[in-house]
Amino acid sequence: MKRVVITGMGAVSPYGKGQDLLIESLMAGRSAVRQVDKLDPINGVRSKVAGLVPDIDPKEIPRKYRRSMSNMSVYATLASQEALQQSGLSAAECTSGQMGVAIGSTIGSTQTNQEFFKNFLATRDLERIKSTIFFKIMNHSCAVNVSQVLGITGRILSPSAACSTGCQAVGYGYEMIALGRQQFMLCGGADEYHPLTTGTFDMLNAASINFNAQPHRTPRPFDRDRDGVVCSEGSGILLLESLESASARGVNILAEIIGFATVSDPSSIANPDTDSIARCMRTALEDAGLTPESIDYVNAHATATLQGDIAESKAIYQLFGGKVPLSSLKGHLGHTMAASGSLELAALVEMLNRGCLIPTLNLDNVDESCANIRHVRTLSTASIQTAIKNNFALGGVNSSLVIRRYQND
Amino acid sequence: MTDQEIIGLINTSLAEEFELSSDSMKPEALIFDDLELDSLDIVDMVVVLENAFQFKIREDDSIQKIRALGDIHDFVINKKKELNN
Repeated sequence: MKRVVITGMGAVSPYGKGQDLLIESLMAGRSAVRQVDKLDPINGVRSKVAGLVPDIDPKEIPRKYRRSMSNMSVYATLASQEALQQSGLSAAECTSGQMGVAIGSTIGSTQTNQEFFKNFLATRDLERIKSTIFFKIMNHSCAVNVSQVLGITGRILSPSAACSTGCQAVGYGYEMIALGRQQFMLCGGADEYHPLTTGTFDMLNAASINFNAQPHRTPRPFDRDRDGVVCSEGSGILLLESLESASARGVNILAEIIGFATVSDPSSIANPDTDSIARCMRTALEDAGLTPESIDYVNAHATATLQGDIAESKAIYQLFGGKVPLSSLKGHLGHTMAASGSLELAALVEMLNRGCLIPTLNLDNVDESCANIRHVRTLSTASIQTAIKNNFALGGVNSSLVIRRYQND
Repeated sequence: MTDQEIIGLINTSLAEEFELSSDSMKPEALIFDDLELDSLDIVDMVVVLENAFQFKIREDDSIQKIRALGDIHDFVINKKKELNN
């Protein structure tokens, strides 16, 4: 099996465009959550907050490619271009057949679906529908749009597992390179905001509704006053390649991926389960050939739902006891859905390389049920060598990645 | 509408839809080679023209003969006359 490293990262987050903006905003403790006007007229949606991507110019992408993109593909493309640039790869590698894409989203563009059906149901007429609408709605929209723009000729993979998507995409890309099927993989997730996303969580009583007037105070992972998810949007993309390829190119190696697991939890389609989460993390550690004692930091999924944070806390305690520091970045970013795994992973790689731990924002009073693990409460310096990253999804899809600082061994 | 008004509406509609510069909107400009449109754009061009002029042209055989922007001008002018008769 080949060793797999990360040599490029790109981000479009609720802070805006760019990996530097992401990490600097996280380290500064800034909340990306805002009141959202478009939620006001929707009856039954009590949550009025979200994390939306500001200041993006889709016209950076030529019209020929942009015409088949909804916002999620725009985000994925801009993040992919940044990751590719950092990796130092050129069009030659993209078109070599040795580069593949593993980028997914929760679903195709709901906004585009809405526009189509608004017209179709009123007119029962397809004659005035634009030719590119399908390309925005299809489930593999992000992956193929990125491939078209960059001229990528290798494999296309478009995992779709809601909030586990980004983590799975990186994991599947890692496995593809480890098996020697591709030399390079652009991996990650993307999602665009639509009020129905918030509505879906609100219907399940899992959206934050008590901080509409103070959006920066929510979500509140592990906090006793947490009241649910805040939906956000964006894309995080990582360029993975084999270690032998990165070494031959002499490129800067940002981190090494050493373990991955994704498991199904058939106990419930909606409720997280401690044992399944623990099994997922344990399997990822086994894949890495490590025991829990080797882990220096846990980047939690923790979305600030009442049940989810407790289930994850218990699973972390079960494996790591109460000594390993952990935090969730959802307090800063909200929940970027399919993007959360890869966007938060990109931040985690920065934490490894900068030797710092970013705390959980809005964790003012730790919930007693989440209290026996070691929460990172302030920005602190730490030498992290090895870390685990969790993401869990509705539908009972758990996923974990293990990464470490690159060691030339 | 006068012929000039028709040409003006065609040019502004297509320029807006396909992000074309006004300088490129010359009658002799070839649709594929000069304006760099493709088969997907042609589908949308029909939709744009149908919306702008409130007629149906999708099944019109003569649309297949269009090569240059000037051909579109002539096609729409003739179509409008045909509908007015």
